[in-house]
Amino acid sequence: MAGQVITVTSGKGGVGKTTVTANIGVALAALGKRVVCLDADIGLRNLDVVMGLENRIVYDVVDVIEGRCKLRQALIKDKRLPGLCLLPAAQTRDKSAVKPSDLVRVCEQLRADYDFVLIDSAAGIEEGFRTAMAPADLVLIVTNPEISAVRDADRVIGLLEAAEKASPKLVVNRLKPAMVSRGDMLDTADVLEILAVELVGVVPEDESVLVSTNRGQPVAMDVKSPAGQAFRNIARRLMGEDVPFQTFHGQANLFQRFFRMMRSDGRQP
Amino acid sequence: MSSGLFNFFRGRKEPASRDVAKQRLQLVLVHDRSNISPGLLETLREEIIDVISKRVEIDGAAVQITFTQTRNESKLVADIPLLDGRRKKPRERMGGVSSLTQSPHGVNVKSDE
Repeated sequence: MAGQVITVTSGKGGVGKTTVTANIGVALAALGKRVVCLDADIGLRNLDVVMGLENRIVYDVVDVIEGRCKLRQALIKDKRLPGLCLLPAAQTRDKSAVKPSDLVRVCEQLRADYDFVLIDSAAGIEEGFRTAMAPADLVLIVTNPEISAVRDADRVIGLLEAAEKASPKLVVNRLKPAMVSRGDMLDTADVLEILAVELVGVVPEDESVLVSTNRGQPVAMDVKSPAGQAFRNIARRLMGEDVPFQTFHGQANLFQRFFRMMRSDGRQP
Repeated sequence: MSSGLFNFFRGRKEPASRDVAKQRLQLVLVHDRSNISPGLLETLREEIIDVISKRVEIDGAAVQITFTQTRNESKLVADIPLLDGRRKKPRERMGGVSSLTQSPHGVNVKSDE
């Protein structure tokens, strides 16, 4: 069966697209799937460092498109996880080096040999975004529970609707359960109510994400990390499993919840 | 530390920042999702003032055109305060105009969205 192409995008930059792409890739490969993570952020290559594969790059996706190497030569195999590969972005070129039709062609080739092709899109809604959308069977939108990120996610959802793409799925990244309990952060339910798309995962804020990225070992490899668990759950949902959503218990204790209830004048806390 | 506890004893009536964020977001998305920009609203406002001023004395500075959207309908609401409620040129009055009163939300124009 031909593999599925999933593009990860967000509108707003800095919400964790690259981290989400790398970790879903790692989690899918750990579940025995054959996965390529494709960095489509031409000129701002980053998926390589987040995956810890930056020292092994010889060719990149632009070399493949311009015929300087075979696709297979540009793929970097992750030695820790059989089945996981990276197709890096070019660092010294710009977005115009890859046209939507180029990426579609590369993905057609990858589909034959891999179960999942995960594309890390450029931020924004311009050229790089449109290129990354072209081959997608499914679009994952990453957002943070904050006004600017949700607003940009809404804009992207509107653009996908206008392009008649299949309905995207949402990853809420960097949720802080304690702040939600205090009433100081949008909850997943608020974001879903506003964006009206299907949820595929909620990743809690977790210091181990940065620590593991520092070391070049994506957090999905860390069995103790709550964020790692969230990424593994997303991977299983993408494989069609029905995984219940975790409820994150914030640091708000019973008393704080009681006071919040009192304060909210009988509205639902 | 616990702002919840602190605010409880202070008797805070200020809404939680989460609720403020949600409301602001919903409001800004109403504009983002429609093709009705603040610029278009301003153009509509000016043209509506022109049209109505031909027949009725209105307080141009106080005219407000707002766009609202719910799940079921989108509408433009024009709030057009009259200066003294009397028509400018009684002998030239037109049928439609006579329905204008001094109540707020004098004219409702529904868009066909």
